[in-house]
Amino acid sequence: MLSSKASCISHGQDSSYFLGWQFYEKNPFDVVKNPAGIIQMGLAENQLSFDLVESWLRKTPDAMGLKNKEGESVFRDLALFQDYHGMPAFKNELVEYMAKIRGNKVKFDPKNLVLAAGATSANETLIFCLADPGEAILLPTPYYPGFDRDLRWRTGVEIVPIHCSSSNGFRISMHALEEAYERAQKLNLKVKGVLITNPSNPLGTTMTRDELQNLITFAIHKNIHLISDEVFSGTVFDSPCFISIIEAAMDSNLERNADVLSRIHIVYSLSKDLGLPGFRVGMIYSNNQTVVAAATKMSSFGLVSSQTQYLLSCMLANKKFTSKYMKENQRRLKKRKEMLVSGLKRSGINCLKSNAGLFCWVDMRHLLSSNTFEAETDLWKKILCEVRLNISPGSSCHCSEPGWFRVCFANMNQSTLEVALRRIKGFVERSRLNYQQNMGGFSRRLLSNWVRKLSSADHREEHER
Amino acid sequence: MGLLSRKATCNSHGQDSSYFLGWQEYEKNPYDEVKNPRGIIQMGLAENQLSFDLLESWLAKNPDAAGFKRDGQSIFKELALFQDYHGLPAFKKALVDFMAEIRGNKVTFDPNNIVLTAGATSANETLMFCLAEQGDAFLLPTPYYPGFDRDLKWRTGVEIVPIECTSSNRFQITASALEEAYEQAQRKNLRVKGVLVTNPSNPLGTTMTRDELDLLVNFITDKEIHLISDEIYSGTVFSSPAFVSIVEVLKDRNLENTQVWERVHIVYSLSKDLGLPGFRVGAIYSNDPIVVAAATKMSSFGLVSSQTQYLLSAMLSDKKFTKEYIAKNHKRLRKRQSKLVAGLEKADIGCLESNAGLFCWVDMRHLLSSDTFEAEMELWKKIVYDVKLNISPGSSCHCSEPGWFRVCFANMSEDTLTLAMQRLKSFVGSIASKDRSHQELKNSRRKFRTKWVFRLSFQSFHDREQDER
Repeated sequence: MLSSKASCISHGQDSSYFLGWQFYEKNPFDVVKNPAGIIQMGLAENQLSFDLVESWLRKTPDAMGLKNKEGESVFRDLALFQDYHGMPAFKNELVEYMAKIRGNKVKFDPKNLVLAAGATSANETLIFCLADPGEAILLPTPYYPGFDRDLRWRTGVEIVPIHCSSSNGFRISMHALEEAYERAQKLNLKVKGVLITNPSNPLGTTMTRDELQNLITFAIHKNIHLISDEVFSGTVFDSPCFISIIEAAMDSNLERNADVLSRIHIVYSLSKDLGLPGFRVGMIYSNNQTVVAAATKMSSFGLVSSQTQYLLSCMLANKKFTSKYMKENQRRLKKRKEMLVSGLKRSGINCLKSNAGLFCWVDMRHLLSSNTFEAETDLWKKILCEVRLNISPGSSCHCSEPGWFRVCFANMNQSTLEVALRRIKGFVERSRLNYQQNMGGFSRRLLSNWVRKLSSADHREEHER
Repeated sequence: MGLLSRKATCNSHGQDSSYFLGWQEYEKNPYDEVKNPRGIIQMGLAENQLSFDLLESWLAKNPDAAGFKRDGQSIFKELALFQDYHGLPAFKKALVDFMAEIRGNKVTFDPNNIVLTAGATSANETLMFCLAEQGDAFLLPTPYYPGFDRDLKWRTGVEIVPIECTSSNRFQITASALEEAYEQAQRKNLRVKGVLVTNPSNPLGTTMTRDELDLLVNFITDKEIHLISDEIYSGTVFSSPAFVSIVEVLKDRNLENTQVWERVHIVYSLSKDLGLPGFRVGAIYSNDPIVVAAATKMSSFGLVSSQTQYLLSAMLSDKKFTKEYIAKNHKRLRKRQSKLVAGLEKADIGCLESNAGLFCWVDMRHLLSSDTFEAEMELWKKIVYDVKLNISPGSSCHCSEPGWFRVCFANMSEDTLTLAMQRLKSFVGSIASKDRSHQELKNSRRKFRTKWVFRLSFQSFHDREQDER
């Protein structure tokens, strides 16, 4: 009766990523109304800098009231504006903003920018343009769980993972790329491209110039595309500074330049940097005119509201605002991330060293009962139900090693993060005690009790700090 | 360079049709009363520009709705973060109430069964993804909105098989036309998954009769297929007969809680009634919970901006405003349609009698040089390039009879419409006088021969005088 798309589960939404979210919805933490509730640490949102945006809004009521600088209403023009080429003023501001994020080391042409209703729409549209049903895209693991739905569901395109491991900080090696390509071939899947997220979700790291050069070389050699999802590019808060794929492509041999640029496509969005996921502003940037033309027509299926295009074109036109915002936002992200990292460290938990994103990639391998994904799921459930923190298990991100978790830090206020860190510390200590308890027989237990009594005062104090 | 997908490189986006080409011509030479009075007047765009003042007046009285405030408090943060594909509850409630109001409150809708999408374009495509596989087919009555060729087929791989309707019965859908279309699909080895109708019709501007709707219900019950009723023009019904929605028919026939109830899906949008195509507000309404669930997830690919959801939830919750808007909007549409019809009459051009929509279905068959689509194209080109009116030829709407054109009336000022009618009248007049002088030339040649004969037969002077009159 219905299509297979409607009735099957290939929307990928039965993964733990979404299940944890559902659990949270039933028992959400609230400092006043539900202090024992689940703290949401699985949502990569940036809630740290709204005050800056709201301050701009208060000073610029006409942008909200759909009036131009002369105070005249532009309501009518906006109400009728459904041109899939997008509002020119908005695209001009966006490309300038994107360049600014990249330290103005690259320049973008607004004619090569296609607006979409969020990066979700942009990614799906790009896949529709680059691959036919049954073909494949390579993705380095771990990757954003939403890709299983966004890239595959309605397009019929397959994802083949490029396995990365902690042995080298989850960097993409040439070997891993080749291995993934061969695996796709064995599965009889024609590879049309590689999709990377840079800065990485869930790792929170930016790619090195070497990694990017490897990817470009690989793409040329295999005659495939390279999609760089750079939605987190404005969240780089620490060195090394962000190198965009376009910058790396410019470095390469000039002879190949036009060819290289025609196979590189960038996805961007205002959901992460500016913290505006509700406004649905995404985009595709490509030097390939056929892709731009096709994606533009496809954007009919997910245009950005003209009301929103207008508001944000006014905001981004204010260069003083954007400079202040970028600097202050990055400062706050850095501070908050350091709070998470040091808090976890105090619990004996390490993170992958990161310089971007709204989350840390946390190493809890030592807390696993065994080096298996079953143990990881056990641990995840304990953390969700007992510790009452919704964090994302590495398996939901297709990580090849059990024990890694993505923990978000920018979607809550500071005191909530403190509560979360205390809960983790308590959990880790209880786990250690439980372990010690389970180790011995009766006499060992007696001894432990005696040891515990002597040191209990200290433990209590540490817990309350 | 790497290969692109077939979708990116083929032409199945359907945008090579004259519908879009006429638009492009207009863009190159657009009419402006002051700056370009001899430019092309756009009559191919089904937009409602007649009632913006009512919306602007409401906005001026309710600045908080656009200012991200509720009860004087800023809710900016809440809206900026709101990306729940279930949609803003207050907006869905206000929307279903508005939909019910448009249908004279003869039916009610459950906000849990509505899915918000970025425009009806997105809604229609999403429904195709939910109801059909690549290679399946949907039946559509002709003439139909040219955009469907792209919206329903391009990325979904679904086929459209036309249900041929003709002027012999005012283009209404008949049982035999339905059966014939179904059989045609079978002959092409296409599995039919449903019928999609636009009610009120684009491009006809008519509302479906209860008989037609009954016919459709019987047909989809018999074939066990879906029915999509694209009702985006439901708020533009400006004269009788009153709009009868498909859900009203199902209700009247006590078909709630039957299988067919779950196979009827409605598409709606605020682009036509409220004249807000730029805001990208569309919706799917379905009684099938699986369709609602799948469409909800798919709406991730085209959510409505929370900024816009909030503004419109405030506007549509104002019942005093919606009541006034609906009434005034209808009045203005009716007046403007009458003006177009009268203007066409003066040029000896008739339209299909209509009671809805933002356009008329105009009969120019008598202006064709021959009863062919080639002649229709010739006439269309003359009207676009010489008369400088961009109207939509019936062939772009897949009409089976040449000579029909869709002419929009609500996307321009009254003066511009007057000018358009004058141009058309002159054009028709010039064709008529060309015909007349062509006829006169034929007549005079005959008279000359007769005269010569008469001279030969001694009657010269008298006849010569007659000729010169």
